[in-house]
Amino acid sequence: MKKRFNVKRILITGLIVFVCYILQTCLFPHLTFARIKPNLLVILVSAYGFMGGKRTGMLVGFFAGFLLDNTFGTVAGFHMIFYTLLGYINGIFSRIFFDDDIKLPIILISLSDLAYGLVFYFIAFMLAGDFRFGYYLLRIILPETIYTMVIAIVLYPIILYISHRLASAEQRSASRFV
Amino acid sequence: MEKKNRHRVKSKYWLLILILVSLLIITVDSVTGGKTPLRYLTAYTVLPFQEGVSKIGKWTSDLKDNFQTLEELQKKNQHLEAQVEELKNENTTLRQDTFELERLRELFKLDDNYLDYEKVGARVIANNSSNWYADFTIDKGSNDGIKVNANVLAGQGLVGIVTEVTPNTARVETIIANNMNISGMVLTTSDTCVIRGDLQDIASGKIRFEKLANNDNEVKIGDEVVTSHISPYFVQGLLIGKISEIEVDANNLTRSGYITPVADFSTLYEVLVITETKEDLVGSKESE
Repeated sequence: MKKRFNVKRILITGLIVFVCYILQTCLFPHLTFARIKPNLLVILVSAYGFMGGKRTGMLVGFFAGFLLDNTFGTVAGFHMIFYTLLGYINGIFSRIFFDDDIKLPIILISLSDLAYGLVFYFIAFMLAGDFRFGYYLLRIILPETIYTMVIAIVLYPIILYISHRLASAEQRSASRFV
Repeated sequence: MEKKNRHRVKSKYWLLILILVSLLIITVDSVTGGKTPLRYLTAYTVLPFQEGVSKIGKWTSDLKDNFQTLEELQKKNQHLEAQVEELKNENTTLRQDTFELERLRELFKLDDNYLDYEKVGARVIANNSSNWYADFTIDKGSNDGIKVNANVLAGQGLVGIVTEVTPNTARVETIIANNMNISGMVLTTSDTCVIRGDLQDIASGKIRFEKLANNDNEVKIGDEVVTSHISPYFVQGLLIGKISEIEVDANNLTRSGYITPVADFSTLYEVLVITETKEDLVGSKESE
């Protein structure tokens, strides 16, 4: 199970993050429910964390946060650090992750999004003196978590499938040398 | 076993390195005030994709609107036609008033530069990714004469203000954002008030206003609120909305309440940007 970084994997992963970022900022604002949009990038970072391990998760998180902060960085640098840490923490769970189990991934993704909401509220709102935690929890944080969970059920198998295809392609090219 | 340990340590170092790089970027960003080449780089690479996908997004939400029934549309059409007639009448009387106003203005040698500002149309191409803010990116930038602090309108109402410009894009902060304070003025009485953006209020479709003097001037529900003459960033006379609730504060000195905004913040596709900022207008007057 030794996964090496190769160019194809890095390029395709980068492309997936980029596509999700574009969908997140351009398509999903038009598909809101009760003014809430899901968080695709949290799904990605979390999924790559528990699928590929700490290092993959961190790098994907860093790249996703970098994109976000350079275009919509309201709290400067927040996404970069948060997503990097998120990828790392999700990477810890790669030990107990199995491909055929969908419960753990969905739970991890939901918890990640919940953590994102809570941390964001704490840094950008509570430290600015806005203490209406109950309101934000019920109107933004929880609805976002649920919507993200629903999207994750669709998006996660796609990410898994791409990852499998890449892995089998790598194996084939590796066995050719043996 | 040894190999595994080494791997773990390596991961931790990676984490440390990435966080340090993040911190470095943050420092550079805050020292330069967001003018790093990185921002330009992302703006240039991301822009063409965003333009394309935004069109798809608009198409999907148009599709959603198509599910209205014929009956509903007919009813709405009838209502609108009646409104058109009404407006036509109003327009003729207003036109007469305009002529009179122009004559009087000439008589008084008043400066009317706040009436017709130079505007540029732009398309919204990306929205903030999070649910916490309501800022968006438009497809025109400094090449089209847009500057930081330029005011942004949609339809007839004020939407926001430009906070960042790159050559081909600009980022707009909306007036409903949590950290927004605007100096407004009730059109009928010329009393000023402070309008405060808030996430909770906009969920119910209104904006809060405060600090309206509790004097003899009667302010009714439905009175229009515009940007005031004392606002440092917003040019004078842009319509914000109509008063929907008003009450006297406990201190008996001020009044506060809610405004229903004219601009529809949930469906912003095209906006107008006023290329002259308040600074330009004030500056040009001083130099004369």
